[in-house]
Amino acid sequence: MTEKLLEVKNLAVSFSAQGGEVQAVRGVSFHVSKGETIAVVGESGCGKSVTAQSIMRLIPEPPGKIKGGSIHFNGRDLAALSEKEMQKIRGKEIGMIFQDPMTSLNPTLTVGDQITEGLLTHQDISKADAEKEAVDLLRLVGFADPEARLKLYPHQFSGGMRQRIVIAMALVCKPSLIIADEPTTALDVTIQAQIMELFKEIQEKTGVAIILITHDLGVVAQAADRINVMYAGEIIESGTVKEIFYDTQHPYTQGLLASVPRLDGDRSKPLIPIYGSPPDLYSPPAGCAFAQRCEYAMEVCSKYAPPVTYLSGQHQTMCWLQDERAAGMRGPKVTIK
Amino acid sequence: MGIPTKQKTEHSSVPDDLFVPLNKDSAQLENIVRPSVGFWKDAWQRLLKNKLAVAGLITIIFLTIMAIVGPMLTPYSYSEQTLSNQNQPPSAEHWFGTDNLGRDMFTRTWYGARISLFIGLAAALIEFIIGVIYGGISGYKGGRTDNVMMRIVDILYGLPYLLVVILLMVVMGPGLFTIIIALTLTGWIGMARIVRGQVLQLKNNEYVLASKVLGANTSRIIRKHLLPNTMGPVIVSMTLTVPGAIFAEAFLSFLGLGVSAPVASWGSMANDALGVLNTGHWWRLFFPAFFISLTMLAFNVFGDGLRDALDPKLRR
Amino acid sequence: MLKYILKRFAWMILTIWVIITLTFFLMHSIPGDPLDVGDSGGSAAASENLRAYYNLDQPLPVQYFSYIKNIVTLDFGPSMTSRSSTVNDMISSGFPASLQLGIASLVFSVISGVALGVLAALRHNKMIDYITMIVAVIGISIPNFIQSMLFINYIGANFDFFPVARWGTWRHVILPALALSSGPMAIIARLTRSNMLEVLTQDYIRTAKAKGLSARKIVVKHALRNALLPVVTIMGALTASVLTGSFVIERIFAIPGIGQYFVNSISNRDYPMIMATTVIYSSILVFMMFLVDIIYGIIDPRIKLHTKED
Repeated sequence: MTEKLLEVKNLAVSFSAQGGEVQAVRGVSFHVSKGETIAVVGESGCGKSVTAQSIMRLIPEPPGKIKGGSIHFNGRDLAALSEKEMQKIRGKEIGMIFQDPMTSLNPTLTVGDQITEGLLTHQDISKADAEKEAVDLLRLVGFADPEARLKLYPHQFSGGMRQRIVIAMALVCKPSLIIADEPTTALDVTIQAQIMELFKEIQEKTGVAIILITHDLGVVAQAADRINVMYAGEIIESGTVKEIFYDTQHPYTQGLLASVPRLDGDRSKPLIPIYGSPPDLYSPPAGCAFAQRCEYAMEVCSKYAPPVTYLSGQHQTMCWLQDERAAGMRGPKVTIK
Repeated sequence: MGIPTKQKTEHSSVPDDLFVPLNKDSAQLENIVRPSVGFWKDAWQRLLKNKLAVAGLITIIFLTIMAIVGPMLTPYSYSEQTLSNQNQPPSAEHWFGTDNLGRDMFTRTWYGARISLFIGLAAALIEFIIGVIYGGISGYKGGRTDNVMMRIVDILYGLPYLLVVILLMVVMGPGLFTIIIALTLTGWIGMARIVRGQVLQLKNNEYVLASKVLGANTSRIIRKHLLPNTMGPVIVSMTLTVPGAIFAEAFLSFLGLGVSAPVASWGSMANDALGVLNTGHWWRLFFPAFFISLTMLAFNVFGDGLRDALDPKLRR
Repeated sequence: MLKYILKRFAWMILTIWVIITLTFFLMHSIPGDPLDVGDSGGSAAASENLRAYYNLDQPLPVQYFSYIKNIVTLDFGPSMTSRSSTVNDMISSGFPASLQLGIASLVFSVISGVALGVLAALRHNKMIDYITMIVAVIGISIPNFIQSMLFINYIGANFDFFPVARWGTWRHVILPALALSSGPMAIIARLTRSNMLEVLTQDYIRTAKAKGLSARKIVVKHALRNALLPVVTIMGALTASVLTGSFVIERIFAIPGIGQYFVNSISNRDYPMIMATTVIYSSILVFMMFLVDIIYGIIDPRIKLHTKED
């Protein structure tokens, strides 16, 4: 197994709000090896973005707070670093890409200014050299005439082009890890494919590791090496793409897969939605958070939190159905060929 | 370090008899956590939580009551001169003292409150009526009508407000009603712009289109969508017009263009006090200055609170 | 960009023309003869001479066009209160003091307003925030003429450092400028604060943070500029408030500026002076708004594109 670049252990993040505390992330553990792409998948509000922002220590404090756990990156615990030390990691060793390219660029500064700014902050480099780097990067992300683009303002680009600029910005200091938080959600489907292709290309050229945060399993299938499925602030199943797609264990993951439209599948089969909504994280349920929506739910699920079951080297899940006493409780397994 | 809220369960400690299908309470599945609260009720509740705004509202109520009954609490009238009683400091007979003509300052102060509040409310009301009609027509008709109407507003908007008011006062002569006319002749522009902007924006908003598609008739759209969304900014603007008008009246009276001589207004009382600044007759300036500031403060604070309470984006 | 400037310029000229016309016809619609005021007992011949001197013997349209012609050549005609001097004399004698006061007030209100607003936003919901906003609301609520009277009574009377009458040294400027600028300052502080708070929640601020920029750099480079854009747009209105405020402030502090002349001309019914001051002040304001539009076009790159598409 390759060297671990990032290892998150038992991360717990809460937001204080009127009348209590929202436990957005409740004990999440995963790791990223050098040069690989892992995906964190889940519906909105499951805590995936909070996890991503916690790694960068970007959650607003207050009201947010990292309540527990560790985030080891290149041997250092990011959760324990001071703001000053963290500034040296952000942008330099970990780059971040946000969801909406329309709003994540400053409208009053030129694109060149915004790309070079990271370099000028972290490296002892002249403005002219920084601009040269920016030109190279813009070419890498697919601009034909990068020199002319540097002088333009964000509003002069389309959404897809802006996302390329944001990617260039994240790459500027040659980080070893990029966190992409829903990088394609705000884009047209055709552009989405182009951007995902670009990620692959960049990874081949630079060897950067990527954490891909998304709610879209379709995006993940081609891009990621491993998948973590999050629900209500916990990772409920994780494994390689193959394991998640072809040997699905957790009913929630099954539900997710069943609700993804497919072009190559059996079209006479209807898409199956997951009924209900996630629990209120003000007061998380004592048992499994998915129990109320789960079609295989047992009495035990509502009373006791399910333990982690290790199925193979990579594959693990948190579900009572894995207990031998639950044999026969599961109906026909939903697998997609 | 463990997970703070729940313990990972050991398989063996869990009783076997729990491995049976869960009897789910299906009603719980789609429950909405928060009870739905109407817009106005919600806004009112949030306003009540804002202590400053509530203090402003209470002050406004107090000032209004005093404006009505204040002058009746003394045996003096606002214009009654007692030359033997010039410049008396506050005492049991004259609670706020007397001015250089021996007039009772308490009576004059609350009489001034009547003038100020009347001007403020009248200006706000007239501006509201003109602004809603003008802006509403402009926004609702759109196209050419809107274009012409807004060009006119643009030119008027470029004129310096107080200067125009001064000019009008010079032309029309001093007096309570000429002040109101002069103030509203230029003051409605801001309101018209707000209303037009709101109507224009809402007219094309997706939820209005959606309810049109769903077969809602015009009156329902106006009642359910346009009014609640337009009224917020309009009410806030009205609340903030009041201190502006009160200031303008005081300003004009201070320049000698306000209400005519024996009538008391806070601005003219402050103006009267200008000549006696160095004589130590502090009450001559203090009372009109204090109450004009208090009134404007109360309306400003209340208007701010109202703005926050009515902002749908701040709803939680 | 040039097209944008030209368009704004044409708009400015149009507005000024409307103001001149409005002023002219308003002043001539006042019932009675302006020369009747305080000028009784003169002989008929003398009165005729005076009418000719003030150009009042001509029909109204002729008067109007000659007035426009004179204004274009910056000649505002003779004054009515002091027969010997022209309006131009009075304005040029009052202008320096008014200009000093106006600029001092504007500069002070912008600098302190922005500083307080930023400070309050960065310490959101802390003590400094509350204090600043309470002071701002009080600044808006106490009329400037009341403030200046309080200043004279309590500061000027007790500290010789601040002279309260006449004009001359920089020390004369402080108290009137303070009274004149506190209102605009409070407005700027509130606006800056709310804009800063809004901008600081924007995605591009998070992006800048993710690049590893220091908090100071994020505020200066990314937040402040965007937060100040709306402040620029109200500069026209603030200049108006400083200008009109100067009428009473100059009167209270006995500053020999145009505002002083204007207030006197109102009580003396000196129509040429009233018209001239109105036209001059309005033109300054309209020109300020023109400048604001241009500056806005320069600092906000989105405006340029918008007008290119026109």
